[in-house]
Amino acid sequence: MWKRCEAMTRTNLTHALQEALRTALITAGLCFPLLVLRLEQDSSNQLTLQQRWSWLVFAVIGLSVARFVGLVLQDWRARAPRAEKPIAPTRPQLARAVSIFGLIALFAFPLVVLAFLGPSGSLKWINNYGVQILIYVMLGWGLNIVVGLAGLLDLGYVAFYAVGAYAYALLSTHFGLSFWLCLPLSGLLAATWGVLLGFPVLRLRGDYLAIVTLAFGEIIRLILINWTDVTNGSAGISSIPRITFFGLPFTAADNGFAATFALEFSPIHRTIFLFYLIACLALLTNFITLRLVRLPVGRAWEALREDEIACRALGLNTTRVKLTAFALGAMFAGFAGAFFAVRQNFVNPDSFTFLESATILAIVVLGGMGSQLGVALAAVVMVGGTEILRELDFLKLIFGVNFDPAQYRMLIFGMAMVAIMIWKPRGLISTRTPSLFLKERKNIAASHVGEGRG
Amino acid sequence: MMQVSNPLLSVAHLSMRFGGLVAVDDLSFDVGRGDITALIGPNGAGKTTVFNCLTGFYKPSQGRIALSHATSAARDIDVLTTSGQRHTRDVFLLERMADFEITRTARVARTFQNIRLFSGMTVLENLIVAQHLTLMRASGVGGLLGLLGAKSYRDAERAAIARAQHWLERINLVDRADDPAGDLPYGDQRRLEIARAMCTNPILLCLDEPAAGLNPRESAQLTQLLRSIRDEDGTSILLIEHDMSVVMDISDHIIVLDYGAKIADGTPQSIRSDPKVIAAYLGVADEEEVRAVSQEISTGLAP
Ligand SMILES: Nc1ncnc2c1ncn2[C@@H]1O[C@H](COP(=O)(O)OP(=O)(O)OP(=O)(O)O)[C@@H](O)[C@H]1O
Ligand SMILES: [Mg+2]
Repeated sequence: MWKRCEAMTRTNLTHALQEALRTALITAGLCFPLLVLRLEQDSSNQLTLQQRWSWLVFAVIGLSVARFVGLVLQDWRARAPRAEKPIAPTRPQLARAVSIFGLIALFAFPLVVLAFLGPSGSLKWINNYGVQILIYVMLGWGLNIVVGLAGLLDLGYVAFYAVGAYAYALLSTHFGLSFWLCLPLSGLLAATWGVLLGFPVLRLRGDYLAIVTLAFGEIIRLILINWTDVTNGSAGISSIPRITFFGLPFTAADNGFAATFALEFSPIHRTIFLFYLIACLALLTNFITLRLVRLPVGRAWEALREDEIACRALGLNTTRVKLTAFALGAMFAGFAGAFFAVRQNFVNPDSFTFLESATILAIVVLGGMGSQLGVALAAVVMVGGTEILRELDFLKLIFGVNFDPAQYRMLIFGMAMVAIMIWKPRGLISTRTPSLFLKERKNIAASHVGEGRG
Repeated sequence: MMQVSNPLLSVAHLSMRFGGLVAVDDLSFDVGRGDITALIGPNGAGKTTVFNCLTGFYKPSQGRIALSHATSAARDIDVLTTSGQRHTRDVFLLERMADFEITRTARVARTFQNIRLFSGMTVLENLIVAQHLTLMRASGVGGLLGLLGAKSYRDAERAAIARAQHWLERINLVDRADDPAGDLPYGDQRRLEIARAMCTNPILLCLDEPAAGLNPRESAQLTQLLRSIRDEDGTSILLIEHDMSVVMDISDHIIVLDYGAKIADGTPQSIRSDPKVIAAYLGVADEEEVRAVSQEISTGLAP
């Protein structure tokens, strides 16, 4: 028996090697004219033939190795005994440990970066990585209520983000209201829009709901572009008042933040304050959501995702359940929008395109629908990932000095997404933690959890 | 039509048309208070459609479905009908009410022919969602009492868990309380769905083929559960069932549908010997099925 197994392995290996060789030959034949030969115009406008043999070598080696590994893996998979083993749900303790570690890392991040890189070096890290990622964490958490918990596919989430941003921009420039007053107002306005959108679309399910919410997102953007009297059209609204430290402006003036606390003035102070501000907003979102999930409202959202008809048979007013999900999700987007406006001190409709909605939705799906921790991790991976791809200068060593990794960002990123979805089709964290228990809290494997059909 | 004095539910001239298809045709029947009433008939007779009309999932094309919580004269129902309102304090016109209101205020609960549990939620959570309304009230305006973890809310939650636990004991599933409902074997899922419906505190429980797919032992457990629901909880039961032995065993009253119309209505004894019922069941074209059905009826007859 064992012998036969081994023999089989050997024939399979030879087969894989043959296939790899064949791939190498085909690649070489096909790619020779495409990759090796290149005509270029030199400075005197003459065409010269350049030869790039290294490209061919990379392509041939890469593809044949990929073919070989692929075949071996396929063979190994086919023979490994694959009893219908459910994916072991992650243990609640592990998730808690990761959360606590994440929380400490979050609050230490700006200080550690500042200590190592100094005020000017750390600006990029705190702003482009820290604040940027946290905005998406917050948006992802907000959308998670609608998509992940209630199971309603919303493709126009960015509309509420836009409402929040413009609400702060307009209220602060026209009426001089402070950020702290505008923040709840922006949230309320966005929630109102959430309910307004909710009413007409509540009867729709699945694809239809997705299309209408998509259209709603575009309508809001087009209104922002065309209602020039109020929104100033595509030029946007500039010189929005900046954030202050509870009244103290972050300026070099005598009554500024730096002078008051006897620090040397540096723009990093404002960035760090913004970082902690968005961190608190995001954590507030998280805290409220986690509490609500354990309350009847949140359980109703999840029940709605599992089976809407059963919900109605149990006396749940599904219209109201959907509206609360829409309104709450929209409110958090509104808060995030107000923050976005005060951080940029400029807003225009270009920041609220469909691509934003798609990114936020991708974060929720990649994270694992319904999982708060998963969504946070996915935001770090996705937003941090696209940013870090700007830094990959070492790729120039391989592909030559003319290679600009930033241009391949989206390509690499897309491939990484596809890979993750193959590896974890239900997202990074796909298990569900029950809202209450009798004896022991046991996480639920993804295979049982519904994805929502509307 | 069997004379039911002081009926809990009174269906009159109910019709449901889907385009040209008449699924329910001028159907009238009464459901007695504290009875187990069975609705039987061949496949496609329109039984599930009647349930969907009763529980507000379909708006009937015609007819009146009146439910009275307390003893009420037929006149009260007529007065309510002409008043144009949907319900008074204890008379309800179900055809005018929305599905969730029927469960909430008229207190009619149901299960489904194809089980509809929240399979990604635990067994316990399924029973807690059924008590949504009570918990929602306890969590206060905007859920604030719940968010702040007020004592009144925690008490309500504890009471809900106790009630769920009581039902888990009744259906023998305490040990599986924290497992996902989708993980349970089929028979347990059927009983859990009944327990979940009971957690809404219904006055009338409508069960769509509760014994389908159960083995004899599970069927016996089910009949016991249904009897205890009728006798201990005082909930009347209306059930659709194909398993004749179960039907003949537990029903107080049987209504037989064929092609959407009622062909018989009476006690189990009278139904057994009704030639129209036997004809309807035997009027199936397929030989094999004919034999199966006649055997099924005779086992029901056998006592
Ligand atoms: N929503 C609908 N639209 C159109 N036709 C329907 C609809 N619901 C039911 N019907 C039709 O009404 C008839 C009665 O169906 P129903 O499901 O009530 O039968 P049933 O007695 O429950 O049968 P079974 O014993 O197989 O469950 C069938 O012909 C069915 O096709
Ligand atoms: Mg049916």
